[in-house]
Amino acid sequence: MVNTGGGATGHLAGRQRIEILVFDWIPAEKTNTMLSTGTAAPDFRLYSTPDQTLALSELRGRKVILAFYPADWSPVCSNQMALYNEMGKYFSRHNAQLLGISVDSKWCHLAFSDQNKFHFPLLADFEPKGEVARLYEAYDEKTGECLRALYVIDEKGIIRWSYLSPVGINPGADGILDALETLDNVKSIAS
Amino acid sequence: MSQLKPTVNSNDHLFGNPAATLELVEYGDYECPHCGHAYPIVKNILERLGPDIKFVFRNFPLTTIHPHAFMAAIAAEAAGLQGKYWEMHDIIFEHQQILAIENLLLFAGRIGLDIGRFQKDIQQKTLSEKVEKDMDSGFRSGVNGTPTFFINGRKFDGDWTGDNLLQYLRDVRAGVGV
Repeated sequence: MVNTGGGATGHLAGRQRIEILVFDWIPAEKTNTMLSTGTAAPDFRLYSTPDQTLALSELRGRKVILAFYPADWSPVCSNQMALYNEMGKYFSRHNAQLLGISVDSKWCHLAFSDQNKFHFPLLADFEPKGEVARLYEAYDEKTGECLRALYVIDEKGIIRWSYLSPVGINPGADGILDALETLDNVKSIAS
Repeated sequence: MSQLKPTVNSNDHLFGNPAATLELVEYGDYECPHCGHAYPIVKNILERLGPDIKFVFRNFPLTTIHPHAFMAAIAAEAAGLQGKYWEMHDIIFEHQQILAIENLLLFAGRIGLDIGRFQKDIQQKTLSEKVEKDMDSGFRSGVNGTPTFFINGRKFDGDWTGDNLLQYLRDVRAGVGV
């Protein structure tokens, strides 16, 4: 494993140049850019309970909110998910389903969900670890956890809104609500 | 930075000088321990800044994790109908470990409410709608947990513990670039 910890402080110019070249080839060093709006959301299938899986494509016909978050049980994540848990009726009003995704296992999700009485599925991006998060540019190679990233996907499976929050900050729900409302307004104008 | 939506209006319960230059809004949950921790801090701020500040409390009960929070919010609103919103607000926060309905009725008696009227009022749909409206405004304003504070309409993301919030408000009052 190459050390990516910002070590380009060598005294020799030549050595520095080599390090920079090496850095260009390390995926962890690239800037996180989320998938573009207007593009198709990549399909995936993950465990939503210990014995059931859920594919994104099964939710076609509904809007989907994908909430990638670093870890079950960590304080900020719990707050963020507890907040979204209160918003069930807001999301259903917009025909939207919320899915929480982290690299925790299905058993860990089960305990976390039971403890907090969550009313929405938590998907286990556990094996291969972080595969879906990588697909959505929402994986942190350094920590091995998901980033705190949000996507709103429309009824046809097209990404319509995304937001990457600083890992330590709960992004709230105003952005999601605005995106859902904009989508519904656009639809009502078009029809 | 997130903005308060809607801005403070006649539907809000306002404490302090309505003409004050500083406006502090808290979205809070009566059963949330962090809000309980913030309660004396806010009290102290209101005392120290006196006529320079007005304070608004908006309900943000996270009912799944705090099963008594919604009813406590209703109780405060019902007390408001008898002109004793802040008395109920205070007594609830001072007893936030014991918010079962029987205790809310005891609190109502202790602050001198007409209990018969209070019992009828807490069943009014308009009160639960008011609490839900507060929640809705919180979601739209970017509230991401409780307590969340807004100062002069802008979300405060700093540290509110200890004297930090008081000091921040003093800086705002003094026109310091914050």
